[in-house]
Amino acid sequence: MIPAAFAYHRPGDLPAALALLQQYGDEARVIAGGHSLIPMMKLRMAEVPHLIDLQAIESLRGIRIEGRQITLGAMVTQQDLIAHQGLGQSAPILREAAIQIADPQVRAMGTVGGNVANGDPGNDMPGLMQCLGAIFHVTGPEGPRTLPARGFYESAYMTARAESEILTAVSFEVPTGGQAYEKQKRKIGDYATAAAAVIVRREGTTCTAASIAMTNLSDVPVWSEAAGAALVGTPCDDAATRNAIAAMLADIDPAGDNRGPVEFKRHTAGIILARAIARAWSRA
Amino acid sequence: MTQKMQITLTVNGTRHELLAEPRELLIHVLRERLNLTGPHIGCETSHCGACTVTMGGRSVKSCTVFAAQADGAEITTIEGLGTPDALHPLQEAFREHHGLQCGFCTPGMITRAAQLLKENPDPTEAEVRFGMAGNLCRCTGYQNIVKAVLAAAATINSAKEAAE
Amino acid sequence: MNDLTPDRDERTAKLKGIGCARKRVEDARFTQGKGNYVDDLKLPGMLFGDFVRSPYAHARVTAIDTSAAMALDGVVAVLTAADLAPLGLHWMPTLAGDKQMVLADGKVLFQGQEVAFVVAHDRYVAADAVELVEVEYEELPVLTDPFKAMQSDVVLREDLTPGADGAHGPRRHPNHIFLWEAGDKAATEQVIASADVVAEEMIHYHRTHPCPLETCGCVASMDKVNGKLTVWGTFQAPHAVRTVASLISGIEEHNIRIISPDIGGGFGNKVGVYPGYVCSIVASIVTGAPVKWVEDRMENLMATAFARDYWMKGRISATRDGKITGLWCHVTADHGAFDACADPTKFPAGFFHICTGSYDIPVAYVGVDGVYTNKAPGGVAYRCSFRVTEAAYFIERMIEILAIELNMDAADLRRINFIRADQFPYPSALGWEYDSGDYHTAWDKALKAVDYAGLRAEQATRLAAFKRGETRKLIGIGLTHFTEIVGAGPVKNCDILGLGMFDSCEIRIHPTGSAIARLGTISQGQGHATTFAQILASEIGIPADKITIEEGDTDTAPYGLGTYGSRSTPVAGAATAMAGRKIRAKAQMIAAYLLEVHDDDVEFDIDRFAVKGAPERFKTMAEIAFAAYHQAIPGIEPGLEAVSYYDPPNMTYPFGAYICVMEIDVDTGETQIRQFYALDDCGTRINPMVIEGQVHGGLTEAYAIAMGQEIAYDEMGNMKTATLMDFFLPTAWETPHYTTDWTETPSPHHPIGAKGVGESPNVGGVPAFSNAVHDALRPFGLRHTHMPHDHWRIWKAAHELGLHG
Repeated sequence: MIPAAFAYHRPGDLPAALALLQQYGDEARVIAGGHSLIPMMKLRMAEVPHLIDLQAIESLRGIRIEGRQITLGAMVTQQDLIAHQGLGQSAPILREAAIQIADPQVRAMGTVGGNVANGDPGNDMPGLMQCLGAIFHVTGPEGPRTLPARGFYESAYMTARAESEILTAVSFEVPTGGQAYEKQKRKIGDYATAAAAVIVRREGTTCTAASIAMTNLSDVPVWSEAAGAALVGTPCDDAATRNAIAAMLADIDPAGDNRGPVEFKRHTAGIILARAIARAWSRA
Repeated sequence: MTQKMQITLTVNGTRHELLAEPRELLIHVLRERLNLTGPHIGCETSHCGACTVTMGGRSVKSCTVFAAQADGAEITTIEGLGTPDALHPLQEAFREHHGLQCGFCTPGMITRAAQLLKENPDPTEAEVRFGMAGNLCRCTGYQNIVKAVLAAAATINSAKEAAE
Repeated sequence: MNDLTPDRDERTAKLKGIGCARKRVEDARFTQGKGNYVDDLKLPGMLFGDFVRSPYAHARVTAIDTSAAMALDGVVAVLTAADLAPLGLHWMPTLAGDKQMVLADGKVLFQGQEVAFVVAHDRYVAADAVELVEVEYEELPVLTDPFKAMQSDVVLREDLTPGADGAHGPRRHPNHIFLWEAGDKAATEQVIASADVVAEEMIHYHRTHPCPLETCGCVASMDKVNGKLTVWGTFQAPHAVRTVASLISGIEEHNIRIISPDIGGGFGNKVGVYPGYVCSIVASIVTGAPVKWVEDRMENLMATAFARDYWMKGRISATRDGKITGLWCHVTADHGAFDACADPTKFPAGFFHICTGSYDIPVAYVGVDGVYTNKAPGGVAYRCSFRVTEAAYFIERMIEILAIELNMDAADLRRINFIRADQFPYPSALGWEYDSGDYHTAWDKALKAVDYAGLRAEQATRLAAFKRGETRKLIGIGLTHFTEIVGAGPVKNCDILGLGMFDSCEIRIHPTGSAIARLGTISQGQGHATTFAQILASEIGIPADKITIEEGDTDTAPYGLGTYGSRSTPVAGAATAMAGRKIRAKAQMIAAYLLEVHDDDVEFDIDRFAVKGAPERFKTMAEIAFAAYHQAIPGIEPGLEAVSYYDPPNMTYPFGAYICVMEIDVDTGETQIRQFYALDDCGTRINPMVIEGQVHGGLTEAYAIAMGQEIAYDEMGNMKTATLMDFFLPTAWETPHYTTDWTETPSPHHPIGAKGVGESPNVGGVPAFSNAVHDALRPFGLRHTHMPHDHWRIWKAAHELGLHG
């Protein structure tokens, strides 16, 4: 598995990276950790005449927790994210999801930005970011703009980010309530057969807010507003969970593959969601 | 063929300057240009970990890193972990506990384990299994690998204590 | 007069001989990254080869245009079938008596088939050039189902003469390869027709792949000055490769040198001869430069050496009280596009007829139909002796299904049908003579070790809780008692392409009392350099640490048939012992001369010969060795060397009892192995540490196969599992913890009583894991569901049993 030849660029700052993107247009791709892109290039399923490596751009790094606001630079790796103490306290669901991504070596290279930007329906971060109601920060020739994670994904590998833009950071409010990321996979290193990100807020015995997103069960991550709504005002009991599952199942559209047929995936999605709700509720 | 570029790698403490095509994979640079044939190629899709090296203080799969990306990096391979006269405790422990058979996964396995023990000097069995899950072995069933890593951790820790 | 210290125990310990958990001598280089695998080899001027492969499973190749590839800077040659045809090398013989295209000759028959071979100055250029070779295909109907292939009008192998016999007799359909039978069909069918109880089932052992961590590859170097061809490669049988290479290339055998360097796991994948080897050799001859070819993982999984793919229809009959009366089996064997099975030539279904297993079954019949389909060729023995794992899976599943029919505990059913210890040597209904065994002892030890009754009670409690809705997890207890047949084998009935399956050892004792021994086998991780030295140490009294073991270079090693089918210890291990005994016989004469007594008056004692009745009068082996070279001894030639070519009188029959305890989540199909107990009896135990390592490894491969690993195709013949994302190799995280145990029943015919162990855990492990899945769902009426038992298939079985409400 040998990739086709390409020219390599390592811009030192964002304007330089954007200028390269502008210059080479369709022929250019940015690379972060590369663990999605490089295998595709090695299989010659992605042709990239100009590769723009973002590793030298300091402004894309760093985890910032400022008041209620958390910002993750696009080049933050899964390993950074797992190791970050403050993040583990403020948003434990991030760590819970990140340690279920791939394996240690891949997490050492794989970045938050790459995971959310490339639009692979198997990636875990997009669904998680939808659950968190995160905002994606992109910068293009016309300057920066923000895009909500919940509206970012159009279809597999197609997103609201323009080709000329670079995703620079992800930000979201410190989540409140119980959180859980539940993922079924065939083995370490695999994408989800089904995964659910759940955040629920609780007052007394009543759920006051809920956010639910599912991964690898459609060609895009699925934030199921109706599933969350089905929990609000309930004690998150079996009946409410069943309603949430029914609502979620109406929103997903899994495809059969080596992980199993559609029927199985739909069933598993329900089980995984029920577990995530139960766990999140127990932490709320 | 595109233009070759000058890259600098510091491998096992030695600085190398070489001309490489940007697309050359780090594993090929190490094996074919620097003759460091300890790291191996097993799957080429970042699943097996036979190509594991330490780059910038992190375990990485060198089959999924371009030479160009590695330009400027500090890299440690199995060849940099110990010497025949002063083996790394992991090298000793793998032999002592029969943690290898065909030997093909071993360099990546030991290199990963060395980094794991830096990140977590006193791991539980479950932490070893989880921390080594990016490295596949077809021969041993892992049981003796896990035993070897735990034994090496104990050796390293008691040496550290003795030194303190 | 000599000092008698150290005592005998100390002297024995110093040898590190048979029974010693000796640390491996191989490990120093492997742990320091100094192994020498084929892709590590670098020769001056070396070129790289890479294949253009077919994207289609069945198509005519109407045109190949290599001009753009040839025009690329750095490309030296692009070979197609048209280039190989004048040499007669566009096809090659397979190990199974069929022939296989080296490069597509007019059509392709499976996805990934080799179409053209690009040779370039480096592997990057070769890969670029592969993209530039333009091939025109005309798609043909694809056959991926062997049952449909036997009914279809689509003829896959147009090169074969319709109606003509194949290598193994008549072919009754253009896509039929052979029918092979053993046993008494009429008598078996009669017994079954009149039996109290009959269990019938179709059991599929799915297609999988050995997938060693190192893929296949070679470096071929034709030295045109001296007329010598050297090939380094991933060869499990280097001597056989040399002979076959000579026969098909016309190069005299003495001008061919085959070297197997360190091999990164084989498991059967590296027994066969692949187009890459042939093309590399041809390319080296054409260019005069060394040519390296190393397949990538996708190529490995798509094109070299699948294993299994047996559809086994079985019937087993018994009396009402559980005594088995007969076994009938018909196999539809999917061999893919070419019959490239690696079996002894007279056994096109390998040793599948060991399928009566550990049981005293009076009458049996087996028929195997080999069938062509549009899948990759292979049919190798993936960590098992030839088709033995299919056989063990078949019988161990049939026993479980029979237990359901009889409403009996499967452990009891096994126990009342085991061959008894006093029945050995035991002639099986399908023609084997089992050498030794004590199944009842092993079985009872295993059941006791796991507290079988306690496990069944816990399982029943869990089941009751499940039925009350308190849990969604069931417990399954997977039982297996397997009997293997390994160590091919007697030359009178075992050969590969006419090459008898003996093996060999050549020993040279050095004057100062160290030694080198060379064998016809080749380690791929088994630790031969460690364990064969131990056999010799015990036989000749020289410490294992002073014995170098060498294998794999046909210019230096004696001829042998290589390492697969657990044959190294049974055959080459025996040769080692026998060669050692020749050394000892000569040493005895030298010792007697030095001690000035008659030959019969000295006896071997651990590391020396001593005068009978006067142990203080002795000569150590080191003293004898020095005298052998440097002292004129009347009537005895100088030197101390021996060679043995060992043709075993029988195979060996290792056996074992495995018990797997598994938790199954019926909602998600997820499984957790809670306990795995493995008792192996491999006869005399040479190195307990190495044996345990082999068992761990084999069980892990069994776990993978049973629980998810498969080579799968869609109906267009596209391979769906071509990377390690989808081809299941468990990590340390999924892999269970194993408890190993043993009994020791030596082989009566092997010089040291050893039987071979490397493959037992795979043979016995697969049914143990699979039976655990089935056992968990047995209370709900599950009889049989096909492997692999990955999440969705377990879920599906539970779903069909109504467990999802």
